[in-house]
Amino acid sequence: MNNDVNGVALGVFIFFFLAVTVMGFLAARWRRAENEHSLDEWGLGGRSFGTWVTWFLLGGDLYTAYTFVAVPAAIYAAGASGFFAVPYTILVYPLIFTFLPRLWSVSHRHGYVTTSDFVRGRFDSKGLSLAVAVTGILATMPYIALQLVGIQAVLDVMGVGGGENTNWFVKDLPLLIAFGVLAAYTYSSGLRAPALIAFVKDALIYIVIAVAIIYIPIKLGGFDDVFAKAGEKFTKAGAGGLVPAPAGQWTYATLALGSALALFMYPHSITATLSSRSREVIRRNTTILPLYSLMLGLLALLGFMAIAAGVKVTNGQLAIPQLFEDMFPDWFAGVAFAAIGIGALVPAAIMSIAAANLFTRNIYKDFIKPDATAKEETRVSKIVSLLVKVGALVFVLTMDKTVAINFQLLGGIWILQTFPALVGGLFTRWFHRWALLAGWAAGMVYGTVAAYGIASPTQAHFGGNAKEIPGIGEIGYIGLTAFVLNVVVTVVLTFVLKALKAPEGVDRTRPEDYTADAGDPGVEVELPPATAGSAH
Amino acid sequence: MSETPEVRPPVVTPARVIIGLCLVAPFVAMLWVGSFAKTDPTFIGIPFFYWYQMLWVLISTALTVLAYRLWQHDQRSRAAAKGGAAK
Repeated sequence: MNNDVNGVALGVFIFFFLAVTVMGFLAARWRRAENEHSLDEWGLGGRSFGTWVTWFLLGGDLYTAYTFVAVPAAIYAAGASGFFAVPYTILVYPLIFTFLPRLWSVSHRHGYVTTSDFVRGRFDSKGLSLAVAVTGILATMPYIALQLVGIQAVLDVMGVGGGENTNWFVKDLPLLIAFGVLAAYTYSSGLRAPALIAFVKDALIYIVIAVAIIYIPIKLGGFDDVFAKAGEKFTKAGAGGLVPAPAGQWTYATLALGSALALFMYPHSITATLSSRSREVIRRNTTILPLYSLMLGLLALLGFMAIAAGVKVTNGQLAIPQLFEDMFPDWFAGVAFAAIGIGALVPAAIMSIAAANLFTRNIYKDFIKPDATAKEETRVSKIVSLLVKVGALVFVLTMDKTVAINFQLLGGIWILQTFPALVGGLFTRWFHRWALLAGWAAGMVYGTVAAYGIASPTQAHFGGNAKEIPGIGEIGYIGLTAFVLNVVVTVVLTFVLKALKAPEGVDRTRPEDYTADAGDPGVEVELPPATAGSAH
Repeated sequence: MSETPEVRPPVVTPARVIIGLCLVAPFVAMLWVGSFAKTDPTFIGIPFFYWYQMLWVLISTALTVLAYRLWQHDQRSRAAAKGGAAK
């Protein structure tokens, strides 16, 4: 890699960055409601987003800069096994089709902002709701940190990451600026900022992918050559391959399923979902969101192109940015880098808002200051969103990148353990609250211990996310094994606790809450708009 | 809401079975990795393993759209039946 600054690419990058910064601050005025000092406003954009805004917001949220860098990087390193991201995102949509509308309805009826709010209302257990909240925050933090890693990768390739000899301040200055700006407009505009910026991000990403998937193979002599060269590399290396070996198929399937189950347990996915205007918006979105899966699939193929193009990087994360730099004219490389950079800002903003909401609603209000007003809640959330981002920044700057990646891996395993309480709770009140808590604990402990015990050629611990499934003997995703253990413990203990007549708590929700739609009594449609003219 | 007794439509209907199948099919197809872990036939040079899964993005989308339409229809006819009974 050269250390020369690529001036043209950098110029284009800065241009787009400035454009979205202005948008971020202006977003505060977009569809502003009268009651702007409420968590519904700042943290959920007034719960007013329609189908397309929700589509961009969810797309911007789920398909992050890290995804764009990490998925092709996995393919670049290991071939077929990295492609599990595609079946994973295929499975997400039929899954959320069944349960997200119910969550939307009950949340609107009762004014829930987070999943923990719901769990608490349903199971009448502060302990369980705290467990869900803490899991959510723990899983989100490293995810935010990884967005920074995505930006760093781009800055490095552009030559502004600084060489080894520059002092740390100069080296990290661009990242500090990017994050300072992000923190400022998230603070002032809340969820509206990433919603608006998501338009730019997706437009750029789609353009870059469309160009890359046509232009690069032509330059490399067609897909035949690309895959032939990639196949050669894997045979020579004796690892990886163009199709998963029979032994790797269980891993592939369990990773796809486990990740699909986990995705909508993440607080930031729920935040984007609850900001939508109606049930219909969510169902309709499950039919148009797969467009992103297609894009992800094409993007993954770039990993093979990086091999065929002879991109040699020691850090796999740099493979795709380096491919763009090598293949594209400078100005278009700048556009591609801007796409990845902005692709990091959108999810980082939403994730910090989601984590802040969890803290405010389920830790601050439940345990520290129960009589907090809506205005106080918003203020606390805004401050926490800043702290969360600073924390992520410190994490990335002071610790090795692998730490963030390890935690992200653990985060996926952890967040999956909230599935029984959340999705189970949406359909039935049969599970006992203490059983759910015990199941969660069992899954968390098993998942963490199992992940700790995995060694890889480069790491003694957390070297991977797949391990032999006890009783089956195949290699499978730890998160899914932990999830099965979690469900078994929950079911068995529910029987026991019911036999012992342990107190079940009061369910604050009613069956009809789960099917309520906008316009039904008790469901606030939208907060009153500030300007009468914008009403329709 | 009146308490007049009404004939409740059955919970399991042919339409709902189809909705269920539409939503389950992608799981069967994608988790059965052995059915597509091969390179041939290739499509414009892309091994089967890759283009088949990308094709399933489109298939599962079509199935979800179908499920969505059937569900809308189901809900509307139920609402109409309920509305008619209440009047």
